[in-house]
Amino acid sequence: MSDQTTLNILIADDEAPARNRLRELLADISNTHILGDAKNGKEALNLASEMLPDILLLDIRMPEMDGIEVAQHLQKLSKPPAIIFTTAYDNYAMQAFDMSAVDYLLKPIRLERLQTALHKARALLPGQLAALAPLSPQRTHLSISERNRILLVPVADIIYLRAELKYITVRTAEREYLIEESLTHLEQEFGNIFIRLHRNCLVASAYILGYEKRNHDENGDKQWVALLKHVPETIAVSRRQQHLIRTT
Amino acid sequence: MRNASRIPNVRNLGIALRILLIVNAALVLAALISSHELSGFLQQIASISTFAQPVLLISLFLLYGSLPLLNKLGYRKGVAAILALVLLSTAGIYSFFNQFWIFSDLPSLPRTLLYALMISGITLYYLNLHQRAYSPAVAEARLQALQARIRPHFLFNSLNAVLSLIRSQPKQAETALEDMADLFRVLMADNRDLVPLAQEISLCRQYLALEKLRLDERLNILWQIDDVPPDTLVPPLVLQPLLENAVYHGIEPLGKGGTVTIQIYTQQNQIHLVLKNPCSTKTNHQGNKMALNNIKERLTLHFDLEASLKSRQANGEYEVHIVLPYHKQT
Repeated sequence: MSDQTTLNILIADDEAPARNRLRELLADISNTHILGDAKNGKEALNLASEMLPDILLLDIRMPEMDGIEVAQHLQKLSKPPAIIFTTAYDNYAMQAFDMSAVDYLLKPIRLERLQTALHKARALLPGQLAALAPLSPQRTHLSISERNRILLVPVADIIYLRAELKYITVRTAEREYLIEESLTHLEQEFGNIFIRLHRNCLVASAYILGYEKRNHDENGDKQWVALLKHVPETIAVSRRQQHLIRTT
Repeated sequence: MRNASRIPNVRNLGIALRILLIVNAALVLAALISSHELSGFLQQIASISTFAQPVLLISLFLLYGSLPLLNKLGYRKGVAAILALVLLSTAGIYSFFNQFWIFSDLPSLPRTLLYALMISGITLYYLNLHQRAYSPAVAEARLQALQARIRPHFLFNSLNAVLSLIRSQPKQAETALEDMADLFRVLMADNRDLVPLAQEISLCRQYLALEKLRLDERLNILWQIDDVPPDTLVPPLVLQPLLENAVYHGIEPLGKGGTVTIQIYTQQNQIHLVLKNPCSTKTNHQGNKMALNNIKERLTLHFDLEASLKSRQANGEYEVHIVLPYHKQT
């Protein structure tokens, strides 16, 4: 980006003084325009997908959704903003940033540091994001991009995840969504929430009402199925996973 | 001064309990040695106890009453005075038993006095060792190591908040920097000696004023201080690290914020400090545990068994409850 074009900037920080400080500093830097500010991670994500800023100044520790997760979801946009993380102090975060060469600013932020960061700001590379993922070990939401909007599905609302061809069906009480992720990765990330009842299905243990034996098998054998809260359909329990019924 | 041996503080519940335990263990041991069979042993214990328990209790009462006097004597003279007190009460009980009771198997007076002297000596020796191990002498180093540390997160965020005020609200920025100076003065001070509760409370108010600057309406504080002597002594930074945890783990993760409640009240000569904050699903953060263990250990070093710290989590609320003995400046 050349120095002449105006940079459109979005600020995301949960603390009002921190937002003020950034506004003041940006006022001293020419060719910058502040599009708005967000008070938490979710708001940051909504505003960013709506306003499409060039640069997002993103605090890491925020309520609702932390900065790392916001950055992950933002990659679903066709033209994600360049992200500059801001943080007060976090040893682990700083190490992770250094390793993946992501730009970050330490609060209190200096004017010169902010200037340099704006100059060299670039969109995150997938590899950098992957390196930061451990900082936010479990996402609070899954995201789906819809007409360049980001749709968030709270993980707590998901009843089951079923792999179908190249997509995964995400079932909530209201509707179904399709996402492009790997069931194995989801199982690793959310192993404390979902259990694998079938080769192609992860079910949230909080939504399992109970188990029942039914005539379903093509061999006429009786098969166990899981009964679920809020949805009429049942999930077949594969023979290999039947030990789960006894333990749960 | 710190290294000097001190007269055991029999007014402390922990010390009194230890004395009772040691003396009774010694009695059981004596009964075991002087008897051959189980039935004889029980009888022996019974007869020794009838004589020894009154001596023990009366000696404890006398020590309890004369503790301020004994403290003035210094350690050596104090110990001599304690032994004299014990011998006196032994002799008193002995003559009382001799006059009004027919006790055929009562040993001779000099022997009884010798036993009393031996048991008192052992107890005093143990308490001296215990004191060296637990209270200021060695504990000094441990207390130093346990000095509460403030989160860098808080320091840098507060500096950032103050910076944001300098241009628009310089007056507020001044107050904030003054609060920070006071807070860090205490944090960096030698925090081994007890401080008045009022001092700790005002420190907490300054700390919360700084957090309020950052979090604004997200942070609500409810103080419920009820009939508490402000001169009661507490370990420094007994409350502030807990508040820091409450803000960091309880309030900051909430987008809409929440309320931290601090209750302080007196009950049966004990000071209760209760701190409550909302808590989200995940708990038992490492940082939180560290602060709790730190405070717990400092309470033990200062008050032994007389202080306690309990924490629990119920109905989306996290609670820390500290009980301290009412301890006044002398």
